[in-house]
Amino acid sequence: MSVQPILTARGLVKRYGRVTALDTCDFDLMPGEILAVIGDNGAGKSSLIKALSGAISVDAGEIRLDGQPVRFSSPLEARGAGIETVYQNLALSPALSIVENMFMGRELRMPGPLGQWLRMLDMPRMRAFARDKLNELGLATIQNIDQPVETLSGGQRQGVAVARAAAFGSKVVILDEPTAALGVKESRKVLDLIQDVRARGVPIILISHNMPHVFEVADRIHVHRLGKRLCVIDPREHAMSDAVAYMTGAKVPEGLAA
Amino acid sequence: MSEGEKVAPAAYEQVVRAADATVAQFDGPKRSALGQVQHFLHIYPTMVPVIVLAISLAVFGVLAGGKFFSAFNLSLILQQVSVIGILAAAQALIVLTAGIDLSVAAIMVLMAVISGKLSITLGVPAPLALMVAFAGGTLTGMLNGLMVTRLKLPPFIVTLGTWNIFFALNLWLSGAQSIRSQDIDAAAPLLKFFGGSFKIGAANITYGSILMVAVFAVLWFVLNRTAWGRHVHAIGDDRDAAELAGIRTDRTLVQVYALAGFVCALAAWASIGRVGSISPQSFYEGNLQSITAVVIGGISLFGGRGSILGALFGALIVGVFNSGLRLVNVDVLWQVFAIGWLIIIAVAIDQWIRKVSA
Repeated sequence: MSVQPILTARGLVKRYGRVTALDTCDFDLMPGEILAVIGDNGAGKSSLIKALSGAISVDAGEIRLDGQPVRFSSPLEARGAGIETVYQNLALSPALSIVENMFMGRELRMPGPLGQWLRMLDMPRMRAFARDKLNELGLATIQNIDQPVETLSGGQRQGVAVARAAAFGSKVVILDEPTAALGVKESRKVLDLIQDVRARGVPIILISHNMPHVFEVADRIHVHRLGKRLCVIDPREHAMSDAVAYMTGAKVPEGLAA
Repeated sequence: MSEGEKVAPAAYEQVVRAADATVAQFDGPKRSALGQVQHFLHIYPTMVPVIVLAISLAVFGVLAGGKFFSAFNLSLILQQVSVIGILAAAQALIVLTAGIDLSVAAIMVLMAVISGKLSITLGVPAPLALMVAFAGGTLTGMLNGLMVTRLKLPPFIVTLGTWNIFFALNLWLSGAQSIRSQDIDAAAPLLKFFGGSFKIGAANITYGSILMVAVFAVLWFVLNRTAWGRHVHAIGDDRDAAELAGIRTDRTLVQVYALAGFVCALAAWASIGRVGSISPQSFYEGNLQSITAVVIGGISLFGGRGSILGALFGALIVGVFNSGLRLVNVDVLWQVFAIGWLIIIAVAIDQWIRKVSA
């Protein structure tokens, strides 16, 4: 028996009115890999990711995590199961600090009556943890973790969002277009960050339009087209031009050629 | 991961290695003096009302002299703003979530009428009548919150509606009749508890003033030192981001409205002590006055920004202006005139501060 996928989806369907965003879509993520998901605009990548991260509920189909069927009705439930998502808009609160953003929704309380009765936050412990995580991912350039997120550059914000996902994502980390809004140098840092997270054994789903980035870090590439998985290709055996041809429909993958 | 089996780390990026390695610069071009003020206020938005309060105290101190700065007058200001101050605390909770509540004063008067009706007309023990008012305030607030979250209606519309509904209910319950002060004294003196006072020198501190300060202290703690409070800020800042970050925004919003309703019921108790009687027609402009205090206090109407303490300073600024202008014998209409300009200037400053990104 070969290695079992950690996250699978079978026959996902999602309709918005008359638009079918997901049309019996399948999906597999193997342990410890970086799986890139590519597809043209409107192919349904975002819907697939939202279904896996609990942001939307599908009309039909089944999702299994570690072989167990799961049904997420909110991002909170997906997080509880160990799936962390970094959304394209990052889902950070600009006026709140880095620490507060990292712990949003899972804050640590003071031990003893202060925490139990007054529900007081344990800021020192949260600061220490946040600083550790940022250092671990080489984001030590961020000086003051109490500064509001809106004072950070685009790359640093991305770093905070990825650090948050990496710090708490025990099973799967999903990254939606992490380099889309970044410059060359900042993208490089984020790609290094992705490798670091994978090196710690957490599999990553990477949604990206940037073919060089995808081909550099991905172990396998899931090509999404017209609401379903067209094929999964190995970046070492295919050229970037092939991948683009598959996702736009200019070329049909060999196995599927009828 | 071994190097050989991967695609070579993008060769076209190699040239970048020669470039400056710093990822981001924090210190941009040197700021002008005005820019530094803007930056400072962006980090500490509550400093705006504090500075305005300090300046207005100083100006009226000079203009009106010892009369203004007497302990008696200062404690009187505290008394005069206590009811609107507590309402402003409730209003600030809603405004922090990027909402607005036009019904705070209507809830307050309705709860004052209910507690008076129960304890004086129907002979219910005063503590029980107050408990009913607290529960009623919480439930009416929750009703606002449920309509905002479940029916997805704008808070402005929901509370414009409930303002009228609660006002009508309160006229119906009271029969448009006031409950006289001596009747309260006879049947339920507990209702006037917050009108009581003690003296420190010449200062006359009412329990209502203490209640106002206590309400702000507790809410400040809850908003700044608990997870729930940070969620309230996050929702006002960017509701979608908060939802994606795993906050149950609808549930939290209903809780915020319910808490605001409870605070309105506290204001109701304080108002009976302050006014002495229970009049269904009182505080008709209370909702707008609470919004005035919140806005002058530097809490952004766009949500998420500002401290609840700003609402306290905002209420005090209004009180200081009214008291100071009265002491220098300026006609009441000019007090209203001055408050009008304060509101506009406060929002203009908020917009100016929000323009800085760092």
